[in-house]
Amino acid sequence: MILEVDGVEFQYRSNEVLKDIKFHLKKNEILSILGPNGVGKTTLLKCMNAILKPKRGTILIEEENVLKLEQIEIARRLGYVPQRCEPARLTAFDVILLGRMPHMKWNLSTEDVMLVEATIKKLHLEELALRYIDELSGGELQKVGIARAIAQNPKLLLLDEPTSSLDLRNQLEILNIIRDFVKKENVSAIMTMHDLNLALRYSDKFLFLKQGTIFAYGGLEDITPEIIEGVYGVPVTIQNYNDVSIVIPTA
Amino acid sequence: MSHQAGDIAGLYKEHTAKKRTYIMVGFVLLLVVSVLSISTGSVDIPPQDVIRTLAGDTVSTTWDSIIWNVRLPQVLTALVAGAGLAVTGVVMQSILRNPLGSPFTLGISNAAAFGAAFSVIILGAGSTSSRVGDAVTINNPYITTVAAFVFAMLVTMVILGFSKVRGTSPEVMILVGVAMGSLFTAGTMFLQYFADDVQLASMVFWTFGDTARASWEELGLITAIVGASIIYFTFNRWRYNAIDAGDETAKGLGVNVEKVRLWGMLWASLVTAIIVAFLGVIGFVGLICPHMARRLIGDDHRFLITGSVVMGALLLLCADTMARLMMQPYQLPVAVLTSFLGAPTFIYLILKGRRI
Repeated sequence: MILEVDGVEFQYRSNEVLKDIKFHLKKNEILSILGPNGVGKTTLLKCMNAILKPKRGTILIEEENVLKLEQIEIARRLGYVPQRCEPARLTAFDVILLGRMPHMKWNLSTEDVMLVEATIKKLHLEELALRYIDELSGGELQKVGIARAIAQNPKLLLLDEPTSSLDLRNQLEILNIIRDFVKKENVSAIMTMHDLNLALRYSDKFLFLKQGTIFAYGGLEDITPEIIEGVYGVPVTIQNYNDVSIVIPTA
Repeated sequence: MSHQAGDIAGLYKEHTAKKRTYIMVGFVLLLVVSVLSISTGSVDIPPQDVIRTLAGDTVSTTWDSIIWNVRLPQVLTALVAGAGLAVTGVVMQSILRNPLGSPFTLGISNAAAFGAAFSVIILGAGSTSSRVGDAVTINNPYITTVAAFVFAMLVTMVILGFSKVRGTSPEVMILVGVAMGSLFTAGTMFLQYFADDVQLASMVFWTFGDTARASWEELGLITAIVGASIIYFTFNRWRYNAIDAGDETAKGLGVNVEKVRLWGMLWASLVTAIIVAFLGVIGFVGLICPHMARRLIGDDHRFLITGSVVMGALLLLCADTMARLMMQPYQLPVAVLTSFLGAPTFIYLILKGRRI
């Protein structure tokens, strides 16, 4: 078990946003957090690496409590890809090097540079490496962000809506990158998603949030049209096409 | 040296080597301009004699005294103040996530000017008029310096207090800084209204930033603070890069963004306060030099911090030398020139640049 989350609660000031969150994740698994806008998906994701501090609960990553670790220690174990990487006058290589920060002492080592080079090759970003990120497209920027988190050498990858505002081809490319990394490198990933069909296609586990708490949690076989209607308030049917599950709204 | 397309690390090394070269060229220019600046003035001294004198030889006792007592301290003051203002500008732009960030964003210059006015009127630092060269000088400059420094740090403490209550967000810091700036401007106007003409003149005169004001001891103090800040900022260079990539990204990389912001602001304020207190307000250097360095080097703070130090020192030294020579026998305070040059340079940068 790579991750065990139990009894996590979170409040913004006095508003209770999340309560009684409990789930776990094995190695080489991808979990999608699903639910309507504003339900707390991103909040839950940020609680995982303590960017936001849960009021109570435990988050164990390989049996260590994340909430008791220093920020830098957390960064050595969890890679976080926010929805947006701010464009700056830095090259893609510079940004991916940032992933080595949690492991660095005073300065870069040759291994850091080699590791970044290897990551760039693995993700086929050679063409981007020396370009400035303020000249990259949304899809390219997202790939650089993911490469940065991968260079961090994490045990668990956290991704906040990795495919939002990307075109179809980029959506698939990004999710393939994530899946390849998770399956090959003995790590796991959690991502928040809006697109149900992409989530069904690329994730092993699903966590549906409704009104700040878990509405349903399980594998592909556990997902029913009733759950989706319960969460989103839209009647749907789930069809199978060439072994891919597809959600179709029927309203 | 050429590399294959696959050798990304090699290409990247070439890319960073270029930035190092820019910085080295800047250093060399700095040395040359320093010697030239010392050699020119109302008495011209040949550059080779300047170098000999600096090396410890006595070429002539007059030149000895001109160089050691007048020109060298002024040149060094320009170097250190330029470096200090530029490096604080870079850091403020990064931690406030705002291209308009500068040493004066937080209202520090206004507060220092108020402190100076306060010392003249209320604390009676007083003034005497009609000395050769300067129209008005302040009788007791130490009280004025201390008052300017105290008020500059007071503003910092207020912003710090707000940050504690409302969180260290760039918006809060900028807005409170603007409010403080306007509050102290009003305070200065209030004091000026009740001042007599000599007091008024010395207040206004104080605000013209001038590198000729610092003695060797004062220069030593400014250098110590600026030097310490450069070391501190360099230590945090990776963190500023991470913050450039976004607060969320930085937090995910284990950076305590709030802490970096707070300490960065404190150091920047300290450096600005000490420069303004001893030299007066020198505008635009802290805003423009970082942008000039960014155009050559990019936003990578590993090189940008040193690059801005060199750029700031070079620019203020050039401006200072020109201000000395322009209207001989009168020596203009450098602040008049930086503001004059600042505006067109800035507009040029905006027109030519990819973005500010």
